[in-house]
Amino acid sequence: MNVIETSDLGKRYHQTWALRECALAVPAGHVAALVGPNGAGKTTLLNLTVGLATPTAGVVTVLGGSPAGSPAALDGIAFVAQDTPLYKNLPVADMMHLTRNLNRHFDRAYALARLGELGIPLRRKAGKLSGGQQAQLALTLALARRPQLLVLDEPLANLDPLARHDFMATVMATVADEGVSVVLSSHVLAELERVADYLILMSGGRVQVADEVDHLLSTHRVLTGPATDARTHEELTVVHERRAEAQAHLLVRTADPADPVPPGWEAHPVGLEELVLAYLREPGAAALPGPARSTRNSQPSEVAK
Amino acid sequence: MTMLSTPAQGQGRSLRPIPWSKLAWVSWRQYRVGLTGALGFLGLLAVYLLVMGLRFHSAYASVTSCHPASSPACSDVADLFSNQYFITAEVSAALLNAVPVLVGVFAGAPILARELDSGTFRFAWTQGAGRIRWTVARLALPALTLTLAAAAFSQLFDWYYWPFFASGMDSRFAGQFFNLTGVAFAAWTLAAFAIGALAGALVRRPVAATAAAMAAWAALMLVTYSFLRRHYLAPLLNKGAGAPSRGSNPSWVLSQWWTGPNGKPVPFGTLMGLIRSAPKGPRKQIGPNSFQTVIDPFRWLAQHGYTEWTSYQPASRYWPFQFIEGGWLLVLSLLLIAATIWLVRRRAA
Repeated sequence: MNVIETSDLGKRYHQTWALRECALAVPAGHVAALVGPNGAGKTTLLNLTVGLATPTAGVVTVLGGSPAGSPAALDGIAFVAQDTPLYKNLPVADMMHLTRNLNRHFDRAYALARLGELGIPLRRKAGKLSGGQQAQLALTLALARRPQLLVLDEPLANLDPLARHDFMATVMATVADEGVSVVLSSHVLAELERVADYLILMSGGRVQVADEVDHLLSTHRVLTGPATDARTHEELTVVHERRAEAQAHLLVRTADPADPVPPGWEAHPVGLEELVLAYLREPGAAALPGPARSTRNSQPSEVAK
Repeated sequence: MTMLSTPAQGQGRSLRPIPWSKLAWVSWRQYRVGLTGALGFLGLLAVYLLVMGLRFHSAYASVTSCHPASSPACSDVADLFSNQYFITAEVSAALLNAVPVLVGVFAGAPILARELDSGTFRFAWTQGAGRIRWTVARLALPALTLTLAAAAFSQLFDWYYWPFFASGMDSRFAGQFFNLTGVAFAAWTLAAFAIGALAGALVRRPVAATAAAMAAWAALMLVTYSFLRRHYLAPLLNKGAGAPSRGSNPSWVLSQWWTGPNGKPVPFGTLMGLIRSAPKGPRKQIGPNSFQTVIDPFRWLAQHGYTEWTSYQPASRYWPFQFIEGGWLLVLSLLLIAATIWLVRRRAA
């Protein structure tokens, strides 16, 4: 099952395309990092996924074929928007009761236990909590809904390092215990590098990279060799080339990790951060093999359960 | 649009909707402060009406039971009722005309404007209930509560003002009292709420939405008062002075004019000229040393083929007019609320 599947998805605000020609198939069971510079279209993609926005072009389905924004989609996806909007004038307990009344499932015992562990007083108004506590409250309310997919938009942006650590610890514990799929966005890769096992890289409204992290790392490598040796370029899929004096550093994509290294060159494994930076410097480059797309997308009405 | 209107096809399981009782709790909890404020405001005014109403009623009872009416004691009582209390009552009635717009708009405009302004709609609209059900609940509870409260309030006003209606000093059918009595008061409150709700969804800022909704409501009231209401039913025409009255319920006179012997309307200036140039009547002594030659201008005009016409709405049409006004305001309010829900439905983040 793909938790998010899009085909030719586009969203235009006034005259500007915030997202275009987006084809994605994010399989279930991953923690997917949605990374890209500010204005890359991350929030637009997430808003389309959770049904807050409607596409200008194309289709987006979630949780194995439900149209985004449909009752089944709303039921199975919990979303924490940017800046964790909460009703600031409501006490924590009322915020919890409100979420419970707006959903079919709400694990009150879980929510109470989590808030207790975090030391968040139930009587305090949500607006009086610290930034980290507000983020934790929003996350707790989302998780208590027992979603199949948790979508977090820039969840760490306004948190201090300790709060970031605690927040991600909660997310990872839930992933381990419940097997919930997670998509979370950030403009800083370092925040997500340790937790994500799937990477979606966006820039300029387009998806550049979408693949499992392990697969990306095993199919990319850095070749170092003489800068004058241009011959090799024609045989390699070069993502990014960096020249330093007489040396050239090439980030190349290979279908087979066992491909031979050209004579006179040295091969090194690539780090995720280096890979992301290389792609961001080359907006024209793309790596979108992805897992096999399901065929359900074309005829959602005939999807069997 | 297509995404939202498409049900979860092929899911195989149909999700039961979130019960309205749960959504009503959400609506109440989020609206508690605003609703308590609005009802508290009406409550305070109601206490004032109750206290003053009791004084008006007892003063009116004293006036009607005082004998002989020409005695100095009775004229003191009458003075208290017809001057002091009457002025208080008229001023209060004029001010109470603003209650529907104050209560309705302040209650309606912030509901969606605050969600859209603060970004909390991103939370509310991604919950399992869905944004449409959420919006219906958020709007229906205050709309219903305020309309009922306004209806009760206008009943109280009717009782409060009864001595001045009963004595014929004011009429329920006259301009400002028509808005305050019957079903009109509740209908105008509901309309103010619906205008406010739509303005909130359109303008997306609580203060600006409130201001815009107040202006729109005032414009609607002005147009209704000046142009629409008089045409709910075709006015009746009376030949000769005035319009028939029924007990203490005078008719609502729309306009009066004169026609000449040829049946065509005569301007008022021409009539004045005719009366001035009319032959003088017998001399009458009006003071020790002053005399005046008088004619009855109306009789003189009538004798010379001039006719006065009065266009009016009879007092018996008060309730039909109330239901016509209440009816179209109700339909308008429902359309505005439907438009608000439609805006929420198509609104992108």
